[in-house]
Amino acid sequence: MQRWNARIGSVWLWALFAALLLVVPQVFTSGLSVTMLSQMGIAIIACLSYNMLLGQGGMLSFGHAVYTGLGAFVSIHALNMYSGAGMPLPVSLVPLAGGLAGMAFAVLFGYVTTRKSGTTFAMITLGLAELVFAMSLMVPEFFGGEGGISGNRMSGPAVMGITFGPAKQVYYLIAAYTMVCVVLMYAFTQTPLGRLLNAVRDNPERVEFIGYNPQRVRYTAFIIAGFFAGISGGLGALNFEIVNAEVVGAARSGAYLLFTFLGGATFFFGPIIGAVLMVLAFVLLSEYTQAWLLYLGLVFMVMVMYAPGGIASLIMLNLQVARHGKLRPLLPAYGVLAAASLVLLVAVAALVEMVYHRQLNSAMGSVVNFMGLPLDTTSAQSWLGLCAVLALGVWIFSLAQGRFGARWDAAQEAIEKETHSAGAAP
Amino acid sequence: MSASIHSKASSVSMALELRDLRKSFGKTEIIRGASLAVRQGERVAIIGPNGAGKSTLFNLISGRMAPTSGDIILNGQQIKGKKPFEINRMGLSRSFQITNIFPKLSVFENLRCSVLWSLGYGYTFLKFLVDLDDANARAQELMEMIGLHKKRDVVALNLTYAEQRALEVGITIAGGANVILLDEPTAGMSKSETTRFIALIKQVTEGKTLLTVEHDMGVVFGLADRIAVLVYGEVIAFDTPDAVRASARVQEAYLGSSVADAQVGESAQGH
Repeated sequence: MQRWNARIGSVWLWALFAALLLVVPQVFTSGLSVTMLSQMGIAIIACLSYNMLLGQGGMLSFGHAVYTGLGAFVSIHALNMYSGAGMPLPVSLVPLAGGLAGMAFAVLFGYVTTRKSGTTFAMITLGLAELVFAMSLMVPEFFGGEGGISGNRMSGPAVMGITFGPAKQVYYLIAAYTMVCVVLMYAFTQTPLGRLLNAVRDNPERVEFIGYNPQRVRYTAFIIAGFFAGISGGLGALNFEIVNAEVVGAARSGAYLLFTFLGGATFFFGPIIGAVLMVLAFVLLSEYTQAWLLYLGLVFMVMVMYAPGGIASLIMLNLQVARHGKLRPLLPAYGVLAAASLVLLVAVAALVEMVYHRQLNSAMGSVVNFMGLPLDTTSAQSWLGLCAVLALGVWIFSLAQGRFGARWDAAQEAIEKETHSAGAAP
Repeated sequence: MSASIHSKASSVSMALELRDLRKSFGKTEIIRGASLAVRQGERVAIIGPNGAGKSTLFNLISGRMAPTSGDIILNGQQIKGKKPFEINRMGLSRSFQITNIFPKLSVFENLRCSVLWSLGYGYTFLKFLVDLDDANARAQELMEMIGLHKKRDVVALNLTYAEQRALEVGITIAGGANVILLDEPTAGMSKSETTRFIALIKQVTEGKTLLTVEHDMGVVFGLADRIAVLVYGEVIAFDTPDAVRASARVQEAYLGSSVADAQVGESAQGH
């Protein structure tokens, strides 16, 4: 058991993850939630494969959607080809075709991109992503032009009554792929190449002097990441039954980067959190407000400035504090901080909604309904009032932040002392 | 080792040979026809004034830079123009003047990464690290050799400076190379740390060929079997410590007072 823990991490945690994947659609049964859960599974694979580059290899790619997207296109073509010719490729294996395609394109493009690291790598991936997107409009035979290419996932013969018609059946297919891919990607981090990839991230030059070619380490990891990205794309193709040029677009690549970072690139599970948030933002937040992209940008900026390790690192830091029994004294400070954040958030959101309403929806009257509160965008009162609330929020927040910071530092110091004395003991 | 000192060994038994090595940056020639033949198992210190080209020489030998002309022969094989990792695989490993480790990996992971190639694991991702018994044992052994076994899981970034220097040496010797290049291994260390560290270096490079760049003359005379004096990109003397100390040419070109200081220092320590 201990060896297995060192190989693939806690077996119990994996069992929990599997149980979660099985049970969640039984709890959230609505059509929307099943669709969202499917998308989450797809996004989890995509973000984890992206983090193989970003978090584990230090490769800031601006073009990961190239591999998920091309995987999706090849998958939908495979689906159509086989359903047309009546050949026996089970629908459940179509995502593997996407994986192989993602891998093949990673072999091709990665040969160029991974020769460089750092800024140069980032720039080349950006250029390549633009190139592929431009191609998608120039070669309608493959990319389907503006309308994209559609397919029918029910085209295969039903196996044991599974037709992949109902969304739930597709969800379970995606869940199975998610489970296997996540375990495999975690296992990769515990292999020689996985560890060397970390070494290349930390210090590529030194790697050369311990007998390894850092370019080849990056290249191999890039190919593996391309494989999983392609699987994610293939699952997306089955899920939506339509693939258009958007899937290879820069916005998609940007979303992978943003949410992987938000979830936390320094821990393996960080991108899983990021992927869940991605679907919530794209599906739910975009329903609630037109300004959702602006909020996303704000959140991203705040995270980069205050928590560059993402949500995962916040969780891990607090878990460490809790393990040393130092979390309880922090709770009041956390409470004040949360209250101040809430005031800030409400004020900012109200102002943003008013601006958006003025610019986009003024034809529908001057009053915007913000969380049950009617705000008149033409009256100076609401603007001034909200600005006052905002100022108040900033003031309380800066006070709370200072207090919290002091207590947090004290807790960290105490923990450091404890671990040091524990280390010195025989 | 002592048997071969007085015989004129052929180039095959030489661990490392430089022949008329040259390196120019633009119009400036930094290494100007340096030649050197280091025997198997010998400890050689390279000394010279600042800007003599000592670090450049190390960079040429280890493949970090390509020479403009000349030959570099490692264990009888030409290595000129090869990549650093190829040279490393052929049995030459180096350390760096500015600590060059894997900062976010633990001490153990730093060392385990450094032994993987020599144990034949290549770029595999089909085996789990935990199952590589030989690599784990070797990393553990190295950790004990450099005295960091109590810091097994400490992230390298959080080690003290002296510990990082020790780890640097550990990474350098991990792959079992028979020619070891240490670039100012004791730079920035206190006197007592230096003394301990030199003992460590002697111990972990036992039986290997060692080339080191060093500024501390006490260290040089205590460690080296032979000393190469590099001045303006040329090896002007390559001999035993006593002979180098006595050489009028070396005195004139470079050493002067520092040799006298080292002698005073050594006699004061009762050598």
